[in-house]
Formats: sequence, structure tokens, C-alpha cells
Amino acid sequence: MSLTLFLVQTLNGLQFGILLFLIAAGLTLVFGVMDFINLAHGVQYMVGAYLAAWFTALTGDFFLGLLLALPTALLFGLLLEWLVFRHLYGRDHLDQVLATFGVILFLNEAVKVAWGSSPLSVPIPDAFSGSVRMMDGLLYPVWRLVVIGSGFAIAIGLALLVSRTRLGMLVRAGAVNAPMVSALGVDIGRLFMIVFGFGAMLAGFAGAMVAPILSVEPGMGDNILILAFVVIVIGGIGSIRGAFAAALLVGLVDTLGRSFGPQMLRLMLDPSAASQTGRALAPMLIYILMAAVLIVRPAGLFPAQR
Amino acid sequence: MSAAGTDIAVTAKARQAVGGRERAIIATFVLLALAPIAAQAGPQGYIIDLITRMMIFAIAALSLDLILGYGAMVSFGHAAFIGLGAYAVGILASHGVTDFVVQLAAALAAAAVFAFVTGALSLRTKGVYFIMITLAFSQMLFFFGVSLSAYGGDDGLSLPERSRLFGLPLFSSDKGLFYATLACLIGCYLLCRAIVASRFGRVLRGARENPVRMTAIGFSPYRFQLVAYVISGMMAALAGALLANQTGFVSPAYMSWQRSGELLAMTIFGGVGTLVGPIIGAMAFLALEEWLAGLTEHWKMIFGPLLVCVVLFARGGIMGLAARIGGKRDG
Repeated sequence: MSLTLFLVQTLNGLQFGILLFLIAAGLTLVFGVMDFINLAHGVQYMVGAYLAAWFTALTGDFFLGLLLALPTALLFGLLLEWLVFRHLYGRDHLDQVLATFGVILFLNEAVKVAWGSSPLSVPIPDAFSGSVRMMDGLLYPVWRLVVIGSGFAIAIGLALLVSRTRLGMLVRAGAVNAPMVSALGVDIGRLFMIVFGFGAMLAGFAGAMVAPILSVEPGMGDNILILAFVVIVIGGIGSIRGAFAAALLVGLVDTLGRSFGPQMLRLMLDPSAASQTGRALAPMLIYILMAAVLIVRPAGLFPAQR
Repeated sequence: MSAAGTDIAVTAKARQAVGGRERAIIATFVLLALAPIAAQAGPQGYIIDLITRMMIFAIAALSLDLILGYGAMVSFGHAAFIGLGAYAVGILASHGVTDFVVQLAAALAAAAVFAFVTGALSLRTKGVYFIMITLAFSQMLFFFGVSLSAYGGDDGLSLPERSRLFGLPLFSSDKGLFYATLACLIGCYLLCRAIVASRFGRVLRGARENPVRMTAIGFSPYRFQLVAYVISGMMAALAGALLANQTGFVSPAYMSWQRSGELLAMTIFGGVGTLVGPIIGAMAFLALEEWLAGLTEHWKMIFGPLLVCVVLFARGGIMGLAARIGGKRDG
């Protein structure tokens, strides 16, 4: 395996990990603070991508589109919270699973009705198209670097928000003991709403940022949702720090495993058997990782302190 | 005092609900047995096919209810067992082994081993972590199915012929498969009912209510839960073996997480912890799906909000709704 290929794949893994973090951050807060299993978090990512694609097509400019898509995604998240999710806090996890499953069915179909079932494509903004030469023989698309950079910036901002502000303190307190926070006179309903809307916006931002790289299509949030769950479980539910570490870990393990797994196996097995087992094992790697983490540390790597 | 009073009222109501359930399930089974005769009036093949499919998923939902409703084990990976059962039939059939007894034995053995190993590991975790680890194991199996290029990989494989029972082509007629499925469904229901009523079932329910107390009086909940998990997995594999015969086709899509989610939805839709509810729930779920799909191409836009409404306005699913209507009428 060459060094360049390894570096490219590491960057791809980082970019994938950052994407997962943006989705998992909202999910882990909603889960940790409200004890609410939101299967519909993946469709909020999809809605973000669609909104970005739509506004970009309307305005003709990606950044203007993004600027319009973010508040719309936020409003959309708040609307969902008001219509459905608000009535599910404190209910059984099973009820939450069924109701949010219903929301997934509805929204996956609704985007088909609104924008058609064929994938939409969003052009990469002109200023960031093309590739940058990082070293000899290593060209990397600028837009992917932008995704990585903005993701890191948001991660830092989020960490500061959670650790340094009053709102963040309430969120952390809510993750440890929500009824106690409520008993101390905090309007927990409002806090939940803010956290929820914010999580929806982050997921929408993730969708908007990858819209130029991936195709925007119905159901695009379904598989990434499961990966986001893997991330928050590995990281420890309710922990932003855990979500960040686990997201990068999952992104790197998945990407590197897929590209180098078969080659590593070739050292032990003959080539055809190696590529066969490699292809079988690579997609399983993160689930094996998750099962292993849960067996050794049943509350994840960085459990929220209780 | 008033607490004791409500207690008695609740017990009486619960007994009434159980009586109502028994009547509902007997009526359901009788109606199902008569369905092929009634279907002669309409598009027979289509109706029998649809009802067979409904019964197969009823078996799967029933098996999920055994661990979900009575053991509080929320498995988000139950579709894996359906896939195991279906692949056992598909793989053996592609090698010329078409006897259903052999195929079923392989399916049950595979499911038992998989359930034992994954259950033994999963049961070390609790609550949400259990949900996620069962999901992880089923995803592993899903991707394993995708990588099985000798057996169609992502595309799946078609069955060369339906299974035979002791050399007889019993399943080759749709009616034969229909009655075989009905027999399996009734058998599974009776088995589950017996399990729930037995000492084993009582320990399981005790562990659901208060595992610490169960441990204190000398039971090890872990072992009971594991056995229940294995039984449930094997039952779902039976459903998978029947499903392979019904569709004549096996693919990794049977094991996708959406399928596991659908199974959970069917079970909750019918009413968790009632055994009868999930059977009716699965059939109502598929019938609704079929009916709405006939109305409009975008049927999911109606079906999704309907599920949300069931959760918001009809707690306890269909059985909960029926109990409330029955309670109002009798009270």
C-alpha cells in the first residue's frame, strides 16, 4: 500500500467521521437529555440536503442556498417537535421507535412527491471546486477539505457551547438528571425544544455540506442514521466528547477497513480468499467494533458522568 | 383502601381482557382456516398469497413479542433470524436438498447457535445498549449475506423449487403452503402461551419487573432470558423458512434494519405483551399496507402518520384500543 493512497483514505475517513459527528451530536444530546430515541434524525439530514439543493437551484448560489436552508431546517425541526415529538417525551422507548418510524416513512415519501424520486445533484461552489496539491502526487478535492474544516470548527464551537455557557450547563445537567433540573426551576420543555431544534439544524447542515459530494435522494438518511447510532453508543450516550471521538474512529475504521482490509488479509491468506473475506469483513468492522466496546465497557467509551 | 379497590378492579379487567383475547384469537384462526374457501369468490391466488404472507409475519411478530413483551428485551435485530431461516432453505435447496424437515432443522439449528452466541453477549448490556447491540449483530449478518457471492450476494438467490415434505410436493400448491403456515402459526401461538403461563414464563416476567428481587430470591435472570431469546430466534427462523417458500426467493434485504424496525412496528401496533396482539397487528399492518398501496402510489404518506396517530392516541396498540372499547361497553 502506498503512502499517498493511505493519506487520501485517511482524509476520506476524517471527512466521513466529521459528517457522522455532525449528525451524531444532535442525536446524542436528544437521546442523553430527553431519553428520546429519534429514528427520524436521519431524515432531518436528508431534509437538510434537499433544502440546500432546492435553495441553491432557486438562488443560483450555494452559500445563499445554505444560508436559507439552515434556518428552514431549524424551523422544520421545531415544527416536527411541536407536532409529534413533544408528545413522546416520557413515553416508552417502544412508542418512540414506532412513532419516529412513521415519521421516516412519511418524509421519505414526501420528498419524493415534492422533488421527484430521481437523485438531485448540487454543483460544488466555484470558489472551492478543483483539487489542491498537498504533496507530490497527492491531489485532494478542496470541497472535502472545506467539509472537514467546517466540521472541526463546529465541533470546537459545540464543545465551548456545552462546557462554557449557561445553556450548555443546563444541557449537561439535563443529561445527568432531567427531573432534578426541572425541579430547580428550569423550563425543561423550552430546553428540550432548543436542543431538538439545534440538533435538527446540525443534521441539516451535515446534509447540506455533503450535498455537492453525494447524490441527494430519498432514503439517504436511513443508513447514516444507523451509523450515527453506532457512534453515540460507542461514544457513550449524551456525551459530545464521546460522540466526536467515536465518530472519527468509526469514520476511519470504516474507510480504511474497506480499502486496506483485503490487502492486510493477503498477508495471511491467498489472494482470492483474501479479497473474498475482505469484502465480507470490511462493512462488518464497525459493528464488530461496537459489539466489542459494549462488551468491555457497557456504557460506551466516554459515558456522561452520573 | 381505595388502592386495594382499584387493584381488584384492575385484576378483574385484566381477566376480562384475557377472555376477550382468547375469543379474538380463536375467531381469527377460524376465519383464517375458512379464508381459502371464501377466496374462491375473488382473485384466489392473490388473496391466498397475501394471507400466507400475513401469517408468516404474524409468526415473526409473535416470536418478537415473547422476548419483548414478557422479557423486556427490545431486539432491534430480529430480522436477522428471518434471514437465517430463509437462507437455510435457499442454500440447501440450491444444493438439491429440498426436504423441508432437513431445511427446517438446519434453519432452527443455525438460529439457535446465532441466538445463543449473540444473546449471551447482548444480555450483558441493558436498555438502549441492548437495542443497539442486537442491531449491530443483525447488521453483521446482513453484510455477511451481501458478501455471499456464491449465493447471489446483494441480489439474492431464487429457489429452484418449493420445499417437499417427506418427498411429497405439499408446498407446491398455494393452498398447501397456506395451511402449513396456519398450522405453524397456531402451533407457535400455543407454544408461546404455554411458555408464558409456565414457571419459566413467570420467572421471565419477574425478571422484567424487578431483576434485583429475582436474583435475591435465588433465580439467575440471565439464563432464563437467554433461553427465551434462543426460543424466540428459532421461531423467527421458522417464519423465515416459510417466507423463502412463499416468495421463492431469498435476499439480504430480509435482514435489513428496516425489516427489524417493521417487525417492532407490527408488534407495537398490535399490542406488546399480549401474544394475540402482535398476530393481529402483523396481519393488520400488512393488510393496511396492501390496501393503501392499491389506493395511491404514495401510500407511505398515509401509513406513516397513521403509525404516529396509533402511538399518540391509541396506547397499547390494537389490543389496548379493543380493551378500552370493550371496557366502555361492559362498564
